[in-house]
Amino acid sequence: MEMFWLVPLIPGASALILAVFGRWLPKKYVSWQACLSVFASFLISLVSFFGLLKLTPESLPVVKTLFRWILAGRFSADFALQLDSLSSVMTLVVSGVGFLIHVYSVGYMAHDKGYKRYFTYLNLFTFAMLILVMGANLVLMFVGWEGVGLCSYLLIGFWFEKHSAASAGKKAFIVNRIGDAAFILGIFFLFLHVGSGDFRVINEAIEAGHIAPALATLVALLLFAGATGKSAQIPLYIWLPDAMEGPTPVSALIHAATMVTAGVYMVARMNLLFTLSGTASQVVAIVGALTAIFAATMALTQNDIKRVLAYSTISQIGYMFIGCGVGAYAAGMFHLYTHAFFKSLLFLAAGSVMHALSGELDMRKMGGLRKYLPLTYPTFLIGAIAIAGVPFLSGFFSKDAILTRAFAQGQYFIWALGIMGAVLTAFYMFRLIFLTFFGEERLEPHAKEHLHESPPLMTIPLVILAFFSIVAGYVGLPVVLGEKANFFNRFLEPVIHPGHEAHLSISTEWLLILISVAVALCGIYIASVFYLKSPQTPHRLVARFPKAYKLLYNKYYVDEIYNAAFVNPLVNGSRLVYDNFDLKVIDGTINGTAATTGFAGKVLGFLQSGLVKDYALGILLGVVIFLGYLLF
Amino acid sequence: MIPVSYFFILSILLFVLGIIAFFIKRDLITMFMAVEIMLNAANLAFIALAKAAGSPAGQVIVFFVITVAAAEAAVGLAIIMLVFRQKKSIKAEDMRLMKG
Repeated sequence: MEMFWLVPLIPGASALILAVFGRWLPKKYVSWQACLSVFASFLISLVSFFGLLKLTPESLPVVKTLFRWILAGRFSADFALQLDSLSSVMTLVVSGVGFLIHVYSVGYMAHDKGYKRYFTYLNLFTFAMLILVMGANLVLMFVGWEGVGLCSYLLIGFWFEKHSAASAGKKAFIVNRIGDAAFILGIFFLFLHVGSGDFRVINEAIEAGHIAPALATLVALLLFAGATGKSAQIPLYIWLPDAMEGPTPVSALIHAATMVTAGVYMVARMNLLFTLSGTASQVVAIVGALTAIFAATMALTQNDIKRVLAYSTISQIGYMFIGCGVGAYAAGMFHLYTHAFFKSLLFLAAGSVMHALSGELDMRKMGGLRKYLPLTYPTFLIGAIAIAGVPFLSGFFSKDAILTRAFAQGQYFIWALGIMGAVLTAFYMFRLIFLTFFGEERLEPHAKEHLHESPPLMTIPLVILAFFSIVAGYVGLPVVLGEKANFFNRFLEPVIHPGHEAHLSISTEWLLILISVAVALCGIYIASVFYLKSPQTPHRLVARFPKAYKLLYNKYYVDEIYNAAFVNPLVNGSRLVYDNFDLKVIDGTINGTAATTGFAGKVLGFLQSGLVKDYALGILLGVVIFLGYLLF
Repeated sequence: MIPVSYFFILSILLFVLGIIAFFIKRDLITMFMAVEIMLNAANLAFIALAKAAGSPAGQVIVFFVITVAAAEAAVGLAIIMLVFRQKKSIKAEDMRLMKG
């Protein structure tokens, strides 16, 4: 328990060693060190978690100040790590899922020439992410926030010799900068009015009523703008689908399970502030709901297996923000926690499919893989059932907790959007399953030659994640089954104040659960009709509504609109300035100065003849003139 | 007793002689000797003034000038020798590496 501050530092130290000495270390040693450092973090997190259960809520959070980091006038920030129930959940998820993905990567990246670089980045990411969730003040959290952004950039562009990967990395980095600018402004405003970035001091100031609601709204909206960048919400979600250019385990770890949920963690961490501002909470809920449904519709028409999952991630994070926006922070965190398991499972399973098919991503060139991939198929199926919201698997409990709470708060519009999103989720996930594992084989001949199940290093993490995708939900059973049933909410209570909860009658709650189950099964049924029973239906639909299909297939042309509205004007403007100001004014000034100096040198150069006598004559003339001046 | 003005006239004559020799001669050694003559012209003026004014200050300055001239002769002759080894000539107009 006292050792909890080592949790981020072990992967950090490992990353440092790999970065400095990596090139001289044998490959096997690199794999062991990278995996074991994260496993050590996980063990310490687990021990700390059980230590935390014994503590009384009053003694929380446990803070360990390592050193004073910045001191400048009134501004000060410590390098301090804290442990409370919220960061404990996050450290368990990050180090636990992170460890499995490290192990998977050993198999997946085995033949890559950037093997050591890959594990250096992956360890560095784990370090930054753990700093993010354990930082005891906003400044240190921001360090982690930027650190994960950097690692995300490095890993998206891991195969930088591919042009698309390099530009996807840049896109992710730049889009995140926009959100981060707002985020850091929010931090400054808080510093200005509270005088500290420490979470405890901020929460005390809020509880004492030192923060006016208007200020709370401003700060909360700025912080949330940062979250929309990091967590890929409208309007800044555009980088996440492109981020799939990175290696698949990276997509699983960074762009599904951990980093993209940092925004949700941040909002949950600042829940007092967001509760103070009804406007900001409403904005969070609406953005979340719109993203949930908007991204789900885009996932319907994609043919790239990883892009479907990427849009699905955007949509699921939308659900988490719905939870935060309607005051159900614990439910939002719960969805974050279950989503980490089933989404990383889906990504890793997709990676296993790609591995089996020599890197094929297009679902139109798959089909009938069920019998070739005896372990990947069932685990993928479990992940899909979990995300679709079928009862008794983890995704059902968490999604239901969010939607029930939204309904209870009277946010019927948001609830309806969430339900529609749930139908779409079930539909596109099973479209993916049916296209990939069922139906006729549409494989390319060269892919079929090497068709094989992945090695155990890759399938064992899949099985473990599948297990957790099933059971993870049982720590947060619906309230209908009794107030005490939701262990997860009670555990988070010291950090997340439940607030005034509008209670629904038992029959209403059961009805809501029934509706969720019905829409999930309905989505699966439609998918099975479309892609199993009569595979012509989708084509007929496309032929019937070509415009709607084109709109969805081109992702509502959002990228094109952003390009036309922001990117191109910026590029053209820069070119204009470059051509006219840089080339003409700045370069002209510098070249002009050089030319003038050179000309002056040429003119004066004839005075320097190199002959001693000429110089002596000069001296003599000088003396004569000087004497003449003195005497006359 | 010879008046001080006689010494001055002799000193000026020597100095002008030095200047003329410096400008009309081409080889470095003669030019060097011309410089020495100019120095000694100045020395003569100092000595004459010291004697007339009865102060030793002028004589002290002359000692300094003689010392510096000796050092200068050593360094100057060494340079001329090295130049000769390089160029096989001690003509002043052969040396114009510093032409701008």
